[in-house]
Amino acid sequence: MRITCPNCGERDRREFYVKGAALARPDVGAGLDEWHDHLHLRDNPASETKELWYHEMGCGAWIEVCRNTVSHEVVSTRLASGAELGGKR
Amino acid sequence: MRIAGKGLMQGAKPVTFSFNGRHMMGLEGDTLASALLANGVHLVGRSFKYHRPRGILTAGSEEPNALVTIGSGAQQDPNIRATQQEIFEGLEARSQNCWPSVDYDVQAVNDLAAPFFGAGFYYKTFMWPSAFWEKLYEPIIRKAAGLGALSRQADPDACEKAYAFCDLLVIGAGPAGLMAALVAGRAGADVILAEEDAHMGGRLLSEVEEVDGKPAADWIAQMLEELDNMDNVRLMTRTAVTGAYDQGTYGALERVGHHHSRRAGLPRECFWRIVAKRAVLAAGAIERPVAFANNDRPGIMTAGAVRSYLNRWGVAPGQNVTVFANNDQAHRTARDLVDAGVHVAMVIDSRHDAPDSNLYPVMKGAQVCSSSGRKRVESITVRSVAGEEKIQTDCLAMSGGWNPSLHLTCHLNGRPQWNRDIAGFVPAPGTVPGLTCAGACNGEFSTAGALREGAAAAVEALVELEIKQSEVTLPQAENDLYRVTALWAVPGKGRAWLDFQNDVTVKDVKQAATENFRSVEHMKRYTTQGMATDQGKNSNVAALAVLADATGRGIPETGTTTFRPPFAPVSIAAMGAGAAGQGCKPQRFLTSHRASREMRAEQIEVGLWYRASYFPKTGENTWRQSCDREIGLVRNHVGVCDVSTLGKIDIQGPDAAKLLDFVYTNTFSTLKQGKVCYGLMLREDGFVMDDGTTARLGENHYVMTTTTAAAGQVMAHLEFVRQALRPEWDVQITSVTEQWAQFAVAGPNSRDLLNGLLKEQIDDTSWPFMACGEVEVLGVQGRLFRISFSGELAYEIAIPARYGDALFRALIEQAKALGGGAYGMEALNVLRIEKGFLTHAELNGTVTAFDLGMQGMMSKKKDFIGKAMSTRPGLMDDGREQLVGLKPVGPVKQMTAGAHLFNPDDPVERIYDQGYVTSAGFSPTLGHSVALAFLKNGPDRIGDEVRLVDHMRGIDALCEVVDPVFFDPDGGRSRG
Amino acid sequence: MDDLIAMTPCDGLLPVTIGDVTLTEDLPVAMTSIAPYAGQDEALNAALKDAHGLDFPAINRSTVKADARAIWFGQGIALLQGPAAAIELAKFAALTDQSDGWAVVRLEGKGAADVLARLAPVDLRRQNFKQGHTVRTELAHMMASITRIGPDALQIMVFRSMARTLVHDLKTAMAGVAARG
Repeated sequence: MRITCPNCGERDRREFYVKGAALARPDVGAGLDEWHDHLHLRDNPASETKELWYHEMGCGAWIEVCRNTVSHEVVSTRLASGAELGGKR
Repeated sequence: MRIAGKGLMQGAKPVTFSFNGRHMMGLEGDTLASALLANGVHLVGRSFKYHRPRGILTAGSEEPNALVTIGSGAQQDPNIRATQQEIFEGLEARSQNCWPSVDYDVQAVNDLAAPFFGAGFYYKTFMWPSAFWEKLYEPIIRKAAGLGALSRQADPDACEKAYAFCDLLVIGAGPAGLMAALVAGRAGADVILAEEDAHMGGRLLSEVEEVDGKPAADWIAQMLEELDNMDNVRLMTRTAVTGAYDQGTYGALERVGHHHSRRAGLPRECFWRIVAKRAVLAAGAIERPVAFANNDRPGIMTAGAVRSYLNRWGVAPGQNVTVFANNDQAHRTARDLVDAGVHVAMVIDSRHDAPDSNLYPVMKGAQVCSSSGRKRVESITVRSVAGEEKIQTDCLAMSGGWNPSLHLTCHLNGRPQWNRDIAGFVPAPGTVPGLTCAGACNGEFSTAGALREGAAAAVEALVELEIKQSEVTLPQAENDLYRVTALWAVPGKGRAWLDFQNDVTVKDVKQAATENFRSVEHMKRYTTQGMATDQGKNSNVAALAVLADATGRGIPETGTTTFRPPFAPVSIAAMGAGAAGQGCKPQRFLTSHRASREMRAEQIEVGLWYRASYFPKTGENTWRQSCDREIGLVRNHVGVCDVSTLGKIDIQGPDAAKLLDFVYTNTFSTLKQGKVCYGLMLREDGFVMDDGTTARLGENHYVMTTTTAAAGQVMAHLEFVRQALRPEWDVQITSVTEQWAQFAVAGPNSRDLLNGLLKEQIDDTSWPFMACGEVEVLGVQGRLFRISFSGELAYEIAIPARYGDALFRALIEQAKALGGGAYGMEALNVLRIEKGFLTHAELNGTVTAFDLGMQGMMSKKKDFIGKAMSTRPGLMDDGREQLVGLKPVGPVKQMTAGAHLFNPDDPVERIYDQGYVTSAGFSPTLGHSVALAFLKNGPDRIGDEVRLVDHMRGIDALCEVVDPVFFDPDGGRSRG
Repeated sequence: MDDLIAMTPCDGLLPVTIGDVTLTEDLPVAMTSIAPYAGQDEALNAALKDAHGLDFPAINRSTVKADARAIWFGQGIALLQGPAAAIELAKFAALTDQSDGWAVVRLEGKGAADVLARLAPVDLRRQNFKQGHTVRTELAHMMASITRIGPDALQIMVFRSMARTLVHDLKTAMAGVAARG
């Protein structure tokens, strides 16, 4: 499997660490239900899904990877810094 | 027998090798199979289940029968295909799965009992009593079954792995592959041409035909010369592409050292990971046998293999050959044999419209229904409208048609399509992104067609790669129509073999259908059809055709089993190349490593690091003696310990304080410059991630320490927070773990020790508890932190790593002068348990700040990671297991980490579990064992007794619950 | 007491030559990571040019001037090798001393890229990885920086503590390449 790092270009999967679904942090003041959903509940789609990968052995970038779980196609990638994952404060 | 003047090995050097201890001669370029046939050896091994005599069926990696063991002792290599193994001077090969010899095999008696051993025999027979399975049945079955044996010794030969990259990977170097490589190579593409065989050319090496008006061998040589001269083309022979993976990654196994005697440093195999923008599959096709009674006798081979041995290696596998076919191509075998002067007794063709010949007799509409002979075929029985007739023969060349080698197209879940015209499966297009099929693997069996498709596939790839192609002229070549009429199994009595390697017969497949294993996948598992090294390359299609017939369905509806990687066997040694011994992970050594080895320190692995466990002195016989002494050094004098393994992260920028406030539960923005503070870090789910101290070196400059265990995790976490959650903050983080060698100097004399080395003297006023700053030590700038993980007056001194060795030695020398010395991990651990300090033994991923008694460290004034979820009901519940200390009651008893706790009156059962011990050791300071534990309602039970049970080590002891800080509870010693 | 004596990361391990490839230790006087603060890229570039005659390197590239080399070292980071970083740069970027944090070796010879093909999952062949090109990648499970510093010379960096593993793995790969002849 190969992933295109927005910095380094296409690289072997072994350079990366995967964290899981790319989800925005709940807004400040969010209730426990919303946090529970954020941390524990996943859709597990048989289609495109967004995940967070860390280019740990490479440039150190956190990356949002859009990947098709059926075809394994890596549809797109972008830096996590541009994915608005911080939640409202 | 070798035929003078025949074959492509004219002028080859003679080579001596041995088979089953017998010395023989072959020629350089021979495979073991061709050399054995040249020496008249047909009996090569015994079959898997019935131990039937078996010979050589094919001339390639699909060989199911002729599996041999190469070499001996630790270098013994089992299950090597004789059809692939090249001979070299001194090669030793042996038959396997036979005892005492391949000629006389005791277990051949299994063959007589065959009626009992049908499909499902083991499942049905060895069911009861279940206790017999492990002790009796399995050992016996294992001994009887199986192929070659491992040496059971460590493998002294290394394998290698490597990465390669290209624009176009061409898999297979027959006419299609050569043409594809040529077209792409001429256009300037970066090409890898990978060929499983030792020589490129594919089927052309085995056929008598012309390409471009010259003998095929000359055309191949001309192609290879041109390709070899291109810098942008890499030719890889002996390299089987074994798997297609995501995003254009292919696995390939190169046989590097198998074909000559051992050479220092040379790996035996290399497992390549090839990344290709585009790929052309030109893997050819594999000929299928026909199932008829006793079709597995030595001397019965595929027709194409007979042509290979004759035309490539100049070896006639028989003197009186018969051919059995259902297609025109197989008639070439008879033609070539006659041409070489070998007698062809008869060509039996199942088709009524088979072509005639004036070179050899042809029986049309006839079938071979049985063979006889002992260890080699002596005659065959042919059935036609005229009745049955016996024909003497010493070699039967059979052909049931050809199966395209489309395996790789199925590796990403693609399903092949049935093509009636060739009575075979062909690849569905587009199943592996970027891969195009060409030639025989695509169902195009003529040489002209292969050349055409190879060129077209390359052009298609060049278009995708946006590389301009040059003019392509297709050479003239054989362009015969492939005519075949399906024939899978000849009806009749007796066992007709489908899968030679697993001893699966037509009857077994029919029985599977009868017992309702009607799905092809179920049939496979019930009968073992298509398993083991050949993965049914010869037999799968015929087997499913028999199944289709037995279940009254068509072949397309029946479908195939799933082809999965690897296409050809790959040794575990090759896949795991470089990972043997210490190769599985890097080793990290401290700058003090050399000095501590000189002090005879025992080493302990801590993650990837090697740390000194203890420093034995003369006369100390156990680690405990050393450990107790070292603890005494720290408590009474001064000890020195290398603590460089702790993670150190440099944090700089206008928003550095914001970042720390967000990742720690407590507040760092208010920490004064030149001060250090302990911090607690949670995961977003509210559980503790890590702890450590962070020093403020400047207004916008901090250095964080993490535990050794979590250094990488915390770095990734900080990067995540900085990049993904708070990208607007202006803060930079850099790991400096490796930049600084850091030593703990702990004990009442620690300040005196440092003052002997520092340029500027320190005292309690200039360096109070939790102070930090820059110092000059022996002419070098370093950092000094007054922090203590032992509870004593203590410092940590950090220095650029190049001076680590020298500073460690200087510190030890000074310590000795003050009655102290080095201490290791064992002493460090007891010292911190005595003080109730935490490591990842306690921060085990299931504990909360509340469990540690640190709920007061969770700021109410700010948001921080894990804040919301740490307030979940249950995470601050008194009934949770919370940190306590334990000490033994009564006579000294051992306490062990991992032990569980129970109320003294409760049964020792899981539902009564009250908690568990995380850390334990013997405190020489206190004169008894000490332990840290998590206990339900722990803080409320100080003074109570609990029962500690460790079933693993047979320990059952009463303990008293105490405060986790055993020693110097008010901390006076460390504050000085 | 005497001043402290420095020890290099590969002390006692190098040099070594196997076949036509030689492995030696490089010892830059100083190494400093430079991570520009928000919005300071241009100012930093100018300062870097003034102080060391170097441009801040583009992604996967390095820049060289006399004894100074700036290697792209990760997202938003360059590593200055050679002189100690000028203090003025600290206005525009976080400067972190890394002089002792990394083992730096030089792999030189015709087969150098073939050796690394056995250890790192990136294409380092000369036609695709030209002089001045650099990558952050994995080398036998270690975080590594690899830079082509000459036609047949590659500079490899891993954490200092892993120097022994680096040398061991490189020597094994060198032997494998050399034995193929």
